[in-house]
Amino acid sequence: MKTLHYILVTVMLLLLPAVAARAEESEELDIPGVIFGHIGDDYEWHITDIGDRAIAIHLPVIVKSSTGWHVFSSSRIAHGHSYEGLHVAHEGKYEGKIVETLGGEDIRPFDISITKNVCSLILASLLMAILVLLTARWYRKHDVLTETPKGVAAFMEPLVMMIHDIARENIGEDNRRYSPFLCTAFLFILLNNFLGIIPFFPGGANLTGNIAVTMVLSGCTFLAVNLFGTKHYYKDILWPDVPAFLKPIMPVIEVFSALVKPISLTIRLFANMLAGHIMILSMVCIIFIMAKYGPVMFGSMSVVSVLFGLFLDLLECLVSFIQAYVFTMLSSIYIGLSRAHGE
Amino acid sequence: MFLTVLLQVAAGAAIGKIGAAFGAALAALAAAFGIGKIGQSTMESIARQPESAGNLRTGMIIAAGMIEGAALFAIIVCLLAIVL
Repeated sequence: MKTLHYILVTVMLLLLPAVAARAEESEELDIPGVIFGHIGDDYEWHITDIGDRAIAIHLPVIVKSSTGWHVFSSSRIAHGHSYEGLHVAHEGKYEGKIVETLGGEDIRPFDISITKNVCSLILASLLMAILVLLTARWYRKHDVLTETPKGVAAFMEPLVMMIHDIARENIGEDNRRYSPFLCTAFLFILLNNFLGIIPFFPGGANLTGNIAVTMVLSGCTFLAVNLFGTKHYYKDILWPDVPAFLKPIMPVIEVFSALVKPISLTIRLFANMLAGHIMILSMVCIIFIMAKYGPVMFGSMSVVSVLFGLFLDLLECLVSFIQAYVFTMLSSIYIGLSRAHGE
Repeated sequence: MFLTVLLQVAAGAAIGKIGAAFGAALAALAAAFGIGKIGQSTMESIARQPESAGNLRTGMIIAAGMIEGAALFAIIVCLLAIVL
Protein backbone atom coordinates (compact mmCIF):
# COMPACT_ATOMS: atom_id res chain seq x y z
CA MET A 1 0.00 0.00 0.00
CA LYS A 2 2.83 2.37 0.89
CA THR A 3 4.76 1.44 -2.27
CA LEU A 4 1.67 2.21 -4.34
CA HIS A 5 1.41 5.57 -2.57
CA TYR A 6 5.04 6.43 -3.35
CA ILE A 7 4.65 5.38 -7.00
CA LEU A 8 1.52 7.51 -7.40
CA VAL A 9 3.17 10.61 -5.90
CA THR A 10 6.27 10.24 -8.08
CA VAL A 11 4.21 9.79 -11.24
CA MET A 12 2.13 12.85 -10.40
CA LEU A 13 5.23 14.97 -9.78
CA LEU A 14 6.71 13.81 -13.09
CA LEU A 15 3.50 14.74 -14.88
CA LEU A 16 3.74 18.34 -13.67
CA PRO A 17 5.85 19.48 -16.67
CA ALA A 18 3.26 17.96 -19.04
CA VAL A 19 0.53 20.00 -17.40
CA ALA A 20 2.81 23.02 -17.62
CA ALA A 21 3.33 22.52 -21.35
CA ARG A 22 -0.42 22.92 -21.82
CA ALA A 23 -0.65 26.25 -20.06
CA GLU A 24 0.63 28.49 -22.85
CA GLU A 25 -1.34 31.65 -22.12
CA SER A 26 0.18 34.90 -23.23
CA GLU A 27 -1.34 37.00 -20.46
CA GLU A 28 0.84 39.74 -19.08
CA LEU A 29 0.89 39.43 -15.32
CA ASP A 30 1.45 42.64 -13.42
CA ILE A 31 3.55 41.31 -10.53
CA PRO A 32 4.01 44.55 -8.57
CA GLY A 33 0.28 45.20 -8.98
CA VAL A 34 -0.56 41.76 -7.57
CA ILE A 35 1.83 42.08 -4.65
CA PHE A 36 0.91 45.63 -3.68
CA GLY A 37 -2.75 44.83 -4.19
CA HIS A 38 -2.52 42.09 -1.59
CA ILE A 39 -0.56 44.05 0.99
CA GLY A 40 -2.27 47.39 0.49
CA ASP A 41 -5.67 48.71 1.43
CA ASP A 42 -8.68 48.71 -0.86
CA TYR A 43 -12.31 49.77 -0.97
CA GLU A 44 -13.48 46.22 -1.71
CA TRP A 45 -12.43 42.84 -0.31
CA HIS A 46 -11.42 40.74 -3.30
CA ILE A 47 -12.02 37.07 -2.46
CA THR A 48 -11.32 35.14 -5.62
CA ASP A 49 -11.66 35.03 -9.39
CA ILE A 50 -13.97 32.46 -10.95
CA GLY A 51 -13.01 32.31 -14.62
CA ASP A 52 -13.22 35.92 -15.68
CA ARG A 53 -15.53 37.18 -12.95
CA ALA A 54 -14.05 38.61 -9.79
CA ILE A 55 -15.85 37.76 -6.58
CA ALA A 56 -15.42 40.60 -4.16
CA ILE A 57 -17.24 42.12 -1.23
CA HIS A 58 -17.91 45.77 -1.96
CA LEU A 59 -17.46 47.64 1.28
CA PRO A 60 -19.24 50.91 2.07
CA VAL A 61 -17.65 54.21 1.19
CA ILE A 62 -18.26 56.98 3.73
CA VAL A 63 -16.93 60.31 2.54
CA LYS A 64 -17.51 63.99 3.34
CA SER A 65 -16.66 65.95 0.22
CA SER A 66 -17.36 69.57 -0.69
CA THR A 67 -20.98 68.58 -1.46
CA GLY A 68 -21.68 66.99 1.89
CA TRP A 69 -21.73 63.42 3.21
CA HIS A 70 -21.83 60.51 0.76
CA VAL A 71 -22.42 56.91 1.84
CA PHE A 72 -22.56 54.29 -0.88
CA SER A 73 -21.29 50.86 -1.84
CA SER A 74 -17.87 50.83 -3.47
CA SER A 75 -19.32 48.88 -6.39
CA ARG A 76 -20.43 52.22 -7.79
CA ILE A 77 -16.86 53.44 -8.16
CA ALA A 78 -15.32 50.13 -9.20
CA HIS A 79 -13.49 49.94 -12.55
CA GLY A 80 -12.86 53.66 -12.72
CA HIS A 81 -16.49 54.80 -12.67
CA SER A 82 -17.34 58.11 -11.11
CA TYR A 83 -20.23 58.62 -8.69
CA GLU A 84 -21.50 61.89 -7.22
CA GLY A 85 -18.29 63.60 -8.21
CA LEU A 86 -16.00 61.07 -6.57
CA HIS A 87 -13.73 58.57 -8.25
CA VAL A 88 -10.67 56.48 -7.45
CA ALA A 89 -7.44 58.12 -8.63
CA HIS A 90 -5.34 55.91 -10.91
CA GLU A 91 -1.98 57.54 -10.62
CA GLY A 92 -0.17 60.26 -8.77
CA LYS A 93 0.01 60.99 -5.09
CA TYR A 94 -3.45 59.62 -4.26
CA GLU A 95 -3.30 56.45 -6.32
CA GLY A 96 -5.94 53.94 -5.28
CA LYS A 97 -7.81 56.40 -3.06
CA ILE A 98 -11.03 58.30 -3.57
CA VAL A 99 -10.53 61.85 -4.81
CA GLU A 100 -12.81 64.56 -6.12
CA THR A 101 -11.70 66.86 -8.89
CA LEU A 102 -12.17 70.50 -7.98
CA GLY A 103 -10.84 73.17 -10.33
CA GLY A 104 -8.71 70.69 -12.26
CA GLU A 105 -6.97 69.40 -9.15
CA ASP A 106 -7.54 66.14 -7.30
CA ILE A 107 -8.17 66.66 -3.61
CA ARG A 108 -8.84 64.08 -0.94
CA PRO A 109 -12.16 64.51 0.86
CA PHE A 110 -12.62 63.52 4.50
CA ASP A 111 -12.64 59.76 4.06
CA ILE A 112 -13.78 57.40 6.84
CA SER A 113 -14.82 54.53 4.58
CA ILE A 114 -14.92 50.95 5.75
CA THR A 115 -11.97 49.69 3.74
CA LYS A 116 -10.50 46.19 3.75
CA ASN A 117 -8.21 46.98 6.66
CA VAL A 118 -10.99 48.56 8.71
CA CYS A 119 -13.26 45.58 8.05
CA SER A 120 -10.48 43.19 9.07
CA LEU A 121 -9.85 45.27 12.18
CA ILE A 122 -13.52 45.01 13.16
CA LEU A 123 -13.55 41.25 12.54
CA ALA A 124 -10.35 40.70 14.51
CA SER A 125 -11.63 42.81 17.40
CA LEU A 126 -14.89 40.85 17.49
CA LEU A 127 -12.95 37.60 17.47
CA MET A 128 -10.70 38.84 20.26
CA ALA A 129 -13.69 39.99 22.31
CA ILE A 130 -15.33 36.58 21.89
CA LEU A 131 -12.17 34.73 22.93
CA VAL A 132 -11.56 36.91 25.99
CA LEU A 133 -15.17 36.95 27.16
CA LEU A 134 -15.50 33.18 26.82
CA THR A 135 -12.35 32.79 28.90
CA ALA A 136 -13.65 35.15 31.57
CA ARG A 137 -16.94 33.24 31.60
CA TRP A 138 -15.10 29.99 32.37
CA TYR A 139 -13.24 31.61 35.23
CA ARG A 140 -16.46 33.04 36.68
CA LYS A 141 -18.20 29.68 36.67
CA HIS A 142 -15.43 27.43 37.98
CA ASP A 143 -13.21 27.47 41.02
CA VAL A 144 -9.65 28.07 39.89
CA LEU A 145 -8.04 26.30 42.81
CA THR A 146 -9.70 22.93 42.20
CA GLU A 147 -10.12 22.63 38.42
CA THR A 148 -7.90 23.06 35.41
CA PRO A 149 -9.28 25.20 32.58
CA LYS A 150 -10.90 23.54 29.61
CA GLY A 151 -11.68 24.81 26.13
CA VAL A 152 -10.94 28.42 25.21
CA ALA A 153 -9.73 29.20 28.73
CA ALA A 154 -7.09 26.48 28.39
CA PHE A 155 -5.85 28.13 25.19
CA MET A 156 -5.77 31.65 26.59
CA GLU A 157 -4.36 30.91 30.03
CA PRO A 158 -0.71 30.31 29.05
CA LEU A 159 -0.68 33.47 26.91
CA VAL A 160 -2.18 35.65 29.64
CA MET A 161 0.06 34.15 32.33
CA MET A 162 3.10 34.80 30.12
CA ILE A 163 2.16 38.47 29.78
CA HIS A 164 1.42 38.76 33.49
CA ASP A 165 4.86 37.33 34.25
CA ILE A 166 6.51 39.79 31.89
CA ALA A 167 4.59 42.65 33.50
CA ARG A 168 5.46 41.55 37.03
CA GLU A 169 9.14 41.16 36.15
CA ASN A 170 9.55 44.47 34.34
CA ILE A 171 7.11 46.86 35.97
CA GLY A 172 7.42 45.90 39.59
CA GLU A 173 4.82 47.01 42.09
CA ASP A 174 1.85 48.38 40.15
CA ASN A 175 1.97 45.86 37.34
CA ARG A 176 -1.72 44.99 37.83
CA ARG A 177 -2.66 48.42 36.46
CA TYR A 178 -0.77 47.87 33.22
CA SER A 179 -1.53 44.19 32.62
CA PRO A 180 -4.82 44.89 30.78
CA PHE A 181 -3.06 47.15 28.28
CA LEU A 182 -0.20 44.72 27.72
CA CYS A 183 -2.49 41.70 27.34
CA THR A 184 -4.72 43.57 24.91
CA ALA A 185 -1.77 44.74 22.84
CA PHE A 186 -0.27 41.26 22.74
CA LEU A 187 -3.49 39.50 21.79
CA PHE A 188 -4.37 42.16 19.23
CA ILE A 189 -1.01 41.97 17.48
CA LEU A 190 -0.90 38.16 17.64
CA LEU A 191 -4.42 37.73 16.29
CA ASN A 192 -3.96 40.23 13.48
CA ASN A 193 -0.60 38.75 12.50
CA PHE A 194 -2.11 35.28 12.28
CA LEU A 195 -5.16 36.49 10.38
CA GLY A 196 -2.86 38.19 7.90
CA ILE A 197 -1.16 34.90 7.03
CA ILE A 198 -4.41 33.06 6.28
CA PRO A 199 -4.88 33.42 2.52
CA PHE A 200 -8.69 33.21 2.28
CA PHE A 201 -11.62 35.27 3.31
CA PRO A 202 -11.80 36.31 6.96
CA GLY A 203 -8.02 36.53 6.99
CA GLY A 204 -5.67 37.83 4.35
CA ALA A 205 -5.94 41.55 5.08
CA ASN A 206 -2.50 42.86 5.92
CA LEU A 207 -3.45 44.89 8.99
CA THR A 208 -0.29 44.90 11.10
CA GLY A 209 1.71 45.58 7.94
CA ASN A 210 -0.02 48.94 7.77
CA ILE A 211 2.13 51.60 9.35
CA ALA A 212 -0.89 53.60 10.54
CA VAL A 213 -2.07 50.69 12.71
CA THR A 214 1.33 50.00 14.25
CA MET A 215 1.82 53.72 14.80
CA VAL A 216 -1.39 53.87 16.82
CA LEU A 217 -0.29 50.86 18.88
CA SER A 218 3.05 52.53 19.61
CA GLY A 219 1.18 55.73 20.36
CA CYS A 220 -0.77 53.86 23.04
CA THR A 221 2.51 52.66 24.53
CA PHE A 222 3.87 56.21 24.38
CA LEU A 223 0.84 57.48 26.29
CA ALA A 224 1.03 54.65 28.82
CA VAL A 225 4.69 55.44 29.44
CA ASN A 226 4.61 59.21 29.55
CA LEU A 227 1.21 60.03 31.04
CA PHE A 228 1.93 58.02 34.18
CA GLY A 229 5.64 58.64 34.66
CA THR A 230 6.85 59.23 38.17
CA LYS A 231 8.58 62.44 39.20
CA HIS A 232 11.88 60.58 39.29
CA TYR A 233 11.42 59.60 35.65
CA TYR A 234 10.85 63.17 34.51
CA LYS A 235 13.66 64.46 36.67
CA ASP A 236 16.04 61.99 35.06
CA ILE A 237 15.01 63.19 31.63
CA LEU A 238 14.82 66.92 32.09
CA TRP A 239 17.45 67.79 34.69
CA PRO A 240 19.61 64.72 35.15
CA ASP A 241 22.34 64.18 37.68
CA VAL A 242 25.31 64.73 35.37
CA PRO A 243 28.38 67.03 35.29
CA ALA A 244 27.58 70.62 34.35
CA PHE A 245 28.98 70.52 30.85
CA LEU A 246 26.54 67.73 29.92
CA LYS A 247 23.47 69.38 31.45
CA PRO A 248 22.39 71.23 28.28
CA ILE A 249 22.57 68.30 25.87
CA MET A 250 21.40 65.38 28.01
CA PRO A 251 17.74 66.53 28.09
CA VAL A 252 17.77 66.84 24.30
CA ILE A 253 19.16 63.33 23.94
CA GLU A 254 16.71 61.95 26.49
CA VAL A 255 13.66 63.57 24.89
CA PHE A 256 14.79 62.36 21.49
CA SER A 257 15.22 58.86 22.88
CA ALA A 258 11.74 58.96 24.42
CA LEU A 259 10.35 59.79 20.98
CA VAL A 260 12.46 57.25 19.09
CA LYS A 261 11.34 54.31 21.25
CA PRO A 262 7.74 54.29 19.96
CA ILE A 263 8.99 54.93 16.42
CA SER A 264 11.22 51.86 16.63
CA LEU A 265 8.31 49.80 17.95
CA THR A 266 6.23 50.99 15.00
CA ILE A 267 8.80 50.22 12.35
CA ARG A 268 9.86 46.90 13.83
CA LEU A 269 6.37 45.42 13.75
CA PHE A 270 5.41 47.06 10.44
CA ALA A 271 8.55 46.05 8.59
CA ASN A 272 8.57 42.48 9.89
CA MET A 273 5.00 41.84 8.82
CA LEU A 274 5.31 43.67 5.51
CA ALA A 275 8.55 41.93 4.55
CA GLY A 276 7.10 38.54 5.42
CA HIS A 277 4.00 39.08 3.30
CA ILE A 278 6.00 40.38 0.35
CA MET A 279 8.29 37.36 0.49
CA ILE A 280 5.41 34.86 0.58
CA LEU A 281 3.63 36.64 -2.29
CA SER A 282 6.85 36.77 -4.33
CA MET A 283 7.41 33.05 -3.84
CA VAL A 284 3.92 32.28 -5.11
CA CYS A 285 4.25 34.74 -8.01
CA ILE A 286 7.36 32.86 -9.17
CA ILE A 287 4.99 30.15 -10.42
CA PHE A 288 3.21 32.65 -12.65
CA ILE A 289 6.42 34.26 -13.89
CA MET A 290 7.89 30.89 -14.82
CA ALA A 291 4.83 29.95 -16.88
CA LYS A 292 6.33 31.31 -20.07
CA TYR A 293 9.76 29.77 -19.67
CA GLY A 294 8.90 26.31 -20.85
CA PRO A 295 7.68 23.15 -19.15
CA VAL A 296 10.90 22.08 -17.45
CA MET A 297 11.49 25.41 -15.69
CA PHE A 298 7.79 25.76 -14.93
CA GLY A 299 7.45 22.32 -13.40
CA SER A 300 10.61 22.38 -11.32
CA MET A 301 10.23 25.98 -10.13
CA SER A 302 6.62 25.26 -9.16
CA VAL A 303 7.73 22.48 -6.85
CA VAL A 304 10.46 24.72 -5.41
CA SER A 305 8.05 27.61 -5.06
CA VAL A 306 5.43 25.57 -3.23
CA LEU A 307 8.01 24.19 -0.80
CA PHE A 308 9.57 27.59 -0.17
CA GLY A 309 6.14 29.17 0.19
CA LEU A 310 5.22 26.59 2.81
CA PHE A 311 8.47 27.19 4.66
CA LEU A 312 7.96 30.94 4.58
CA ASP A 313 4.39 30.58 5.87
CA LEU A 314 5.63 28.56 8.83
CA LEU A 315 8.39 31.10 9.43
CA GLU A 316 5.75 33.84 9.35
CA CYS A 317 3.81 32.04 12.10
CA LEU A 318 6.95 32.08 14.25
CA VAL A 319 7.73 35.71 13.42
CA SER A 320 4.13 36.72 14.23
CA PHE A 321 4.42 35.33 17.71
CA ILE A 322 7.93 36.70 18.28
CA GLN A 323 6.97 40.20 17.11
CA ALA A 324 3.89 40.30 19.34
CA TYR A 325 6.02 39.09 22.26
CA VAL A 326 8.83 41.59 21.60
CA PHE A 327 6.39 44.50 21.26
CA THR A 328 4.71 43.64 24.55
CA MET A 329 7.98 43.04 26.33
CA LEU A 330 9.55 46.28 25.17
CA SER A 331 6.38 48.17 26.15
CA SER A 332 6.54 46.64 29.61
CA ILE A 333 10.22 47.55 29.93
CA TYR A 334 9.53 51.17 28.97
CA ILE A 335 6.60 51.31 31.40
CA GLY A 336 8.79 49.83 34.12
CA LEU A 337 11.46 52.46 33.46
CA SER A 338 8.88 55.22 33.69
CA ARG A 339 7.54 53.91 37.00
CA ALA A 340 10.97 53.84 38.60
CA HIS A 341 11.21 55.42 42.03
CA GLY A 342 14.44 56.86 43.37
CA GLU A 343 17.04 54.50 44.81
CA MET B 1 37.30 55.31 -13.99
CA PHE B 2 35.99 56.77 -17.23
CA LEU B 3 34.04 53.56 -17.79
CA THR B 4 32.16 53.92 -14.50
CA VAL B 5 31.17 57.47 -15.40
CA LEU B 6 29.92 56.25 -18.79
CA LEU B 7 28.02 53.39 -17.18
CA GLN B 8 26.41 55.74 -14.70
CA VAL B 9 25.26 58.10 -17.43
CA ALA B 10 23.88 55.19 -19.40
CA ALA B 11 22.11 53.56 -16.52
CA GLY B 12 20.53 56.80 -15.30
CA ALA B 13 17.29 55.93 -13.62
CA ALA B 14 18.17 52.34 -12.71
CA ILE B 15 20.94 53.35 -10.31
CA GLY B 16 18.31 53.67 -7.59
CA LYS B 17 17.24 50.07 -8.02
CA ILE B 18 20.81 48.79 -8.06
CA GLY B 19 21.47 50.75 -4.87
CA ALA B 20 18.33 49.39 -3.27
CA ALA B 21 19.17 45.79 -4.07
CA PHE B 22 22.74 46.26 -2.82
CA GLY B 23 21.46 47.88 0.38
CA ALA B 24 19.06 45.02 1.02
CA ALA B 25 21.87 42.50 0.57
CA LEU B 26 24.05 44.44 3.02
CA ALA B 27 21.22 44.57 5.53
CA ALA B 28 20.68 40.81 5.28
CA LEU B 29 24.42 40.28 5.70
CA ALA B 30 24.58 42.49 8.77
CA ALA B 31 21.53 40.87 10.35
CA ALA B 32 22.88 37.38 9.73
CA PHE B 33 26.22 38.34 11.27
CA GLY B 34 24.62 39.87 14.36
CA ILE B 35 22.14 37.07 14.97
CA GLY B 36 24.89 34.53 14.35
CA LYS B 37 26.93 36.06 17.16
CA ILE B 38 23.94 35.95 19.49
CA GLY B 39 23.26 32.33 18.60
CA GLN B 40 26.90 31.45 19.18
CA SER B 41 27.06 32.98 22.65
CA THR B 42 23.69 31.49 23.63
CA MET B 43 24.76 28.02 22.54
CA GLU B 44 28.01 28.30 24.47
CA SER B 45 26.26 29.56 27.60
CA ILE B 46 23.65 26.81 27.48
CA ALA B 47 26.43 24.27 27.06
CA ARG B 48 28.15 25.63 30.14
CA GLN B 49 24.99 25.76 32.28
CA PRO B 50 22.10 23.68 30.88
CA GLU B 51 19.64 24.54 33.65
CA SER B 52 19.51 28.21 32.60
CA ALA B 53 18.47 27.30 29.05
CA GLY B 54 14.99 28.84 29.47
CA ASN B 55 16.20 32.29 30.51
CA LEU B 56 18.94 32.30 27.90
CA ARG B 57 16.52 31.30 25.15
CA THR B 58 14.18 34.16 26.07
CA GLY B 59 17.03 36.66 26.02
CA MET B 60 18.24 35.32 22.69
CA ILE B 61 14.81 35.70 21.08
CA ILE B 62 14.52 39.26 22.35
CA ALA B 63 17.97 40.29 21.15
CA ALA B 64 17.37 38.65 17.78
CA GLY B 65 14.09 40.56 17.50
CA MET B 66 15.84 43.88 18.12
CA ILE B 67 18.56 43.15 15.56
CA GLU B 68 15.96 42.15 13.03
CA GLY B 69 14.23 45.47 13.70
CA ALA B 70 17.39 47.33 12.79
CA ALA B 71 17.89 45.26 9.62
CA LEU B 72 14.30 45.92 8.64
CA PHE B 73 14.80 49.71 8.95
CA ALA B 74 17.30 49.25 6.13
CA ILE B 75 14.92 47.03 4.15
CA ILE B 76 12.18 49.65 4.40
CA VAL B 77 14.52 52.34 3.12
CA CYS B 78 15.47 50.07 0.20
CA LEU B 79 11.81 49.46 -0.59
CA LEU B 80 11.24 53.22 -0.56
CA ALA B 81 14.19 53.67 -2.92
CA ILE B 82 12.62 51.25 -5.38
CA VAL B 83 9.07 52.47 -5.13
CA LEU B 84 9.54 56.23 -4.88
